[in-house]
Amino acid sequence: MTNIVKKNQNTLLEKEKKLGLILLLPTILIVLSVVIFPLLANFWISFKPISLGDLRPPKLIVKERIKGKLSDKNQLAEIQYRYRNSSIKYDLENVIIKDMIPNGFTVKDLQPAQFCKLKLKELTCNLDNVSSRSSGKIILKVHKNDQWQKELDNPKKTKPLVTFSSKNILTSFEFNTENFKKVFSASEFFEVFKVSFYYTIFGTAGALLVGLLAAQILQKSFRGRSIVRGLLLFPYVSPVIAVAFAWVILFDPFSGIVNAMLVQMNVIDKPINFFGQKYTDIIIFGYVFKFPLALSMVIAFEIWRYFPLSFLFILARMQSFPEEVYDAAKIDGASPLQQFYYISLPFLIGIMSILFLLRFIWTFNKFDDIFLLTGGNAGTRTFTVNVYEQAFAISNLGAGAAVAVVIFIFLLTFSLLFIRYSKKETF
Amino acid sequence: MFWKYGLFFSILSGGVWGVFWQIFFTVVGILILGTPLSLELSQIMIIGPIAGILYIKSQKLLSIKFHLTVIIIITLLIFVSHSGNPYQAEDENQLIIFMLILLTSFFLWLSLNHSLYNLSPGKLSKHDIESFFIKFIWGIGLIILILITLIPFYIMIITSLKNQQSLILNPLDLSINLNTDLKTLFNSYIELFTNFNFHLFLINSFIVSCTTVIITLFFSIPGAYALARLRIPNKKIFSGTVILIYLIPSIVLIIPLYAIFSYIGLRNSLLGLILVYPATTIPVALYMLRGYFSALSSEIDDAALMDGLSRIQIILKIAIPLSKPAIVSVGLYVFMIAWNEFLIAFMFLDDPNIFTLSRGIMSLNSSEIPQQHLMAGAVIATIPVMIIFLYLEKFLISGLSAGGVKG
Repeated sequence: MTNIVKKNQNTLLEKEKKLGLILLLPTILIVLSVVIFPLLANFWISFKPISLGDLRPPKLIVKERIKGKLSDKNQLAEIQYRYRNSSIKYDLENVIIKDMIPNGFTVKDLQPAQFCKLKLKELTCNLDNVSSRSSGKIILKVHKNDQWQKELDNPKKTKPLVTFSSKNILTSFEFNTENFKKVFSASEFFEVFKVSFYYTIFGTAGALLVGLLAAQILQKSFRGRSIVRGLLLFPYVSPVIAVAFAWVILFDPFSGIVNAMLVQMNVIDKPINFFGQKYTDIIIFGYVFKFPLALSMVIAFEIWRYFPLSFLFILARMQSFPEEVYDAAKIDGASPLQQFYYISLPFLIGIMSILFLLRFIWTFNKFDDIFLLTGGNAGTRTFTVNVYEQAFAISNLGAGAAVAVVIFIFLLTFSLLFIRYSKKETF
Repeated sequence: MFWKYGLFFSILSGGVWGVFWQIFFTVVGILILGTPLSLELSQIMIIGPIAGILYIKSQKLLSIKFHLTVIIIITLLIFVSHSGNPYQAEDENQLIIFMLILLTSFFLWLSLNHSLYNLSPGKLSKHDIESFFIKFIWGIGLIILILITLIPFYIMIITSLKNQQSLILNPLDLSINLNTDLKTLFNSYIELFTNFNFHLFLINSFIVSCTTVIITLFFSIPGAYALARLRIPNKKIFSGTVILIYLIPSIVLIIPLYAIFSYIGLRNSLLGLILVYPATTIPVALYMLRGYFSALSSEIDDAALMDGLSRIQIILKIAIPLSKPAIVSVGLYVFMIAWNEFLIAFMFLDDPNIFTLSRGIMSLNSSEIPQQHLMAGAVIATIPVMIIFLYLEKFLISGLSAGGVKG
């Protein structure tokens, strides 16, 4: 009896296992092909000297032309095939061109004879090797014979068939570490590293603090609170491209309102290029400080755009907190600041540290914002912008991939930290 | 100690609020009039504290009549202290200037009423001082928060309604001239839809976003159900991997994706986007929905299994109907991600006929195309998200807080 039950349970378990895997399979496949495979491909590319131009596969271009009059029986006409290797870098190997010569022609001469053969009406040219940028001609001298029919026998009617093989840098097994050497040895590596971490740390902490402040403000109930709560989420839900350009226009040195206003109010003498100036001098008590202006602006944008998220999480957590504790504290004579410091803060510290780690990862990964605001110029080039810069601006895909690998290693470290830490906290 | 007295706080808040509102309404005045107004703060730094002292001393006899009289007195004081011409504006604008000063006084008094309410001028307890500061910071914080959030959006809308000439002539004039006819007012929008193919971009964005939502939900609902309910080996590792994948940014994947999609000829096509987007959203959706499904009671499932329903039937007839709000919020969230996506669209699309809105706006970012077109494009891209957001705020907020650490 128990055996039967056990057996039934086992088959049920097996069935469930199978069904579960079937339900998850499409997800696994999609993620494998669009996330995991590219991720591995990125490692692959990062060890290769490969540029943007290498992505265009080399091709043999063949053009068929007719010289002379085909309709004249007594005169020889020419069918020419001109071929050219389109690649400026790669040789083509085992090149074979095939074409059918219509029945209505008799072939008198075939050049180059050492490569080409005519078997019945099929022309086969085994060109073997066509080096990069080189070109050549195949010439057939023909005249029409008795079988000639005007409509049917146009030699151009059948297209020449081309087969070849070429070395492909993407799939070859040539590797070197040039890209990584370039990424790490360049003097800009330290600069990029510094900028990335400034941006990430100040952006994350700023957004978290403003979010905490906003949550404290919205915690108190007042008329129109839900409207304000919705308003504060605007920066986050709007398309990044829209708000980034709004900021650029707001701070534009020529027609931007902030500059015009500051000049008008005599705060500054001449307009400041907020997103284009690396440093600005700030004089405090006679000392001149170099203030990284563009980087600070980008960080300000990051805070502006992402404080709503921290705000939302912290507010949600605060509203789940029992009101009675505060009431009890009030009766005990705790001042508002004490209430915040001894009750709210310990209660929020868990969610805030989780938020900090997660947002830290996402800020570190952020590309769009900086790219749209400054294009990575004026001392705002982070690792992510460097990927674009190397791969698509300088056209060195390999170096870009190497930077992406560096990002991924950082990311992995942060994520493992996050997973380890979040186990302790309920999230 | 002097700073323990209510009188000190009335002086302090009078000064700070006075300066705050003076700056605020000077800026408003510059924006409305479009002419330079000079900002002088020394007068208000004396009048503000006087108002503060007046408020705290006269708390017992506050009535509407009293309020109104005081506001008018403050207004007159400001005028007199500036020898009749605050802001040093031109004569023709005197009415607006008067309104601005009146508003400054009104808001100054209102703020005092908020932060000094029930505060005695005498010695204060620690508790009272803290409550005062909290009220004070609360008020200023709320106003600044709202302003900072909204100003870029305001600039976006106003700029899109301007013409090139008025933008260069006076960047400060941010008023809308309602005397012009609608056609000149909305000139940039008309231009974008007639000459810049924005109707196509809108349609493309909708196609891509909606398809992404459908594909994502189609695959993530059964997947999430399996993760939440079925006994699968190594479930924990799988869930952990989902989170990890969800943290991988597209910038790390863009080079190989660019290379591979170029090779197979899918790069410059909407199909390419429709293939990539769901792969980035499915892990998020899976993660969010798994949470919702686990929260449903499993007893219903067991009862249904007893009644002979298969697991697929349970998903269709029980899990989906029960978690409809959750699915709506996940769907909205995914729509938002796809609609706002920039990097992949920017890298993949070259052909202007298949641009999505993000890519289309990027093509407007050149020195040859006037700013107001760029801002009109930004408004067009923002409006659909805003409509969804305002109508379905509740759903979207729950979606955001479930998976919204991404972005």
